Amino acid sequence: MKATRVGYVEGLLDAGERDSRVIVIDGDVSRSTGTVAFQDRFPGRFFNLGIAEQNMAEYSAGLALAGFIPFYSTYAVFATGRAWDQIRTSICNMNLNVRIGGAHSGTSVGPDGATHQALEDIAVTRVLPNMTVLVPADSNQTRQAVLSSLEIDGPVYIRYGRNPVPQIYERNTPVVPGRGRLLREGKHASIIAAGAMVSIALQAAEMLKKQGISVSVADMISIKPLDTELILHMAKTSEVIVTAEDHQVTGGLYGAVVEFLAEHSPHRVIPVGVNNRFGCSGTPEEVLKHCGLTAEIISGCVEKALKKW
Amino acid sequence: MISSRIIREDILKMIHRAGSGHPGGSLSLVEVLIHLYWKEMRIDPSNPNWEDRDRLILSKGHGAPALYSILARRGFFPPASLDSLRKFGSDLQGHPHMQSLPGLDCSTGSLGQGLGIAAGLALGLSLKKSDARVFCILGDGELQEGSIWESAMSIPNLEQKNIVAVIDRNRVQLDDSVKNIMPVEPLAEKWRAFGWTVANCNGHDSQEIERAFATPTDRPLVIIADTIKGKGVSFMEDLALWHGKAPDRDQLHEALKELK
Repeated sequence: MKATRVGYVEGLLDAGERDSRVIVIDGDVSRSTGTVAFQDRFPGRFFNLGIAEQNMAEYSAGLALAGFIPFYSTYAVFATGRAWDQIRTSICNMNLNVRIGGAHSGTSVGPDGATHQALEDIAVTRVLPNMTVLVPADSNQTRQAVLSSLEIDGPVYIRYGRNPVPQIYERNTPVVPGRGRLLREGKHASIIAAGAMVSIALQAAEMLKKQGISVSVADMISIKPLDTELILHMAKTSEVIVTAEDHQVTGGLYGAVVEFLAEHSPHRVIPVGVNNRFGCSGTPEEVLKHCGLTAEIISGCVEKALKKW
Repeated sequence: MISSRIIREDILKMIHRAGSGHPGGSLSLVEVLIHLYWKEMRIDPSNPNWEDRDRLILSKGHGAPALYSILARRGFFPPASLDSLRKFGSDLQGHPHMQSLPGLDCSTGSLGQGLGIAAGLALGLSLKKSDARVFCILGDGELQEGSIWESAMSIPNLEQKNIVAVIDRNRVQLDDSVKNIMPVEPLAEKWRAFGWTVANCNGHDSQEIERAFATPTDRPLVIIADTIKGKGVSFMEDLALWHGKAPDRDQLHEALKELK
């Protein structure tokens, strides 16, 4: 078990080593997000701009105009929400090489409560032209997402979390924008998950297996560009598709999947995600349960759908 | 040096042809922009992407017609393109769009963002050991945006010296005078308190402008340029009505006659 925020910082340190254009900007949460390690290693390439997210996004745009690759990070809710117009108009509109690190995303920041739980960040970044949106599932994949972003032309949003999640990938399994990963192939149903919900989806698949139901599980790390080939494959091979995300179902992974399928392969898709509500305080596990984001809920959705059809 | 009359004629004709645009806050910018592009900035119109050039960010992006005329007359692109302002397929969007027009250093239009971008750009240039400077033009109404003050705070704190902000203090915004909508004064005291060196000038007097830019300082410099919204056209001057309204044919004729 390891938090994806650890992988983000490991990725930054490796990226900083590989590419002198990498700059890291933080908004007074560097000890919480861990970017203080980058400051220790590369003090001349780290800037803590204080509690001023709009300014962080603007500085990042300016640094990108000067040819650098700035990574700015703070809690996902502020990184994307507080500075959204800057991201839209000054970063995406100019297609600048800014990387935005959305830390403590989803319900992972449990005890802090509703204000700090970013459940809308995928929606508000995914809608923007030129933006790439990566939602890694474990710390190794988060490190690789950071490294892969060095090769992307244009802005990138990387969403990661605060508390430990199971390790799914080897350290060197690459991340390719536009490509998800089929982690398990089954014949009755498919689960498409992202971020912290990938390991929970794998648990659900194990539970279903015990009942004789075999399901595919895909990790949709690349929400934009979406891995449409993988989605089509799952639509062709299974009658039931369930999406699982630590985010509002409108505008997030579910939104991305159904927007694509509605046009290319109409299919009923069942959402497991946060349904038009805010979170609350509690341990991440308690909040996940409160929001209906558990392996039991996912497996229950699959069973119910298979019975009905 | 080019005559300010030519730039003002361009602005009025462009906005008239486009049928929309912002004459008031474009006409107030003319002398400051002439100074920057003919005297102050290190630029080469034949090499608009020169790495060591000085940069200009027009944070009050609605002043685009003034900047477009300046860039065209300075040789970045043919003045004939000015006719296409705001037209479909034109490189001259209603607000500056860097990707399509040579000479623009940044796209702007959403107020309050240019100073922070200028700061990031200036920081990047320093990290690259370039001695290029970054100039940023703000409106006084624009200073109502909170993000401006985030940048006003960080620039002196990061000891950034390769940046000059110019406030086009024309005292009028879209709805009414700045004083009646949401006063931003006292500006000099505010910027000084944030750690800037403040210089004042009459923003229509080229000698005063030149002197303000030459203010010796070891801190970031902000120039408060007192200007007149709609400067040069008596029926537009100081009126919020002309913030974002195109002159019709008779009004254009009248305005051009006055400029002569």
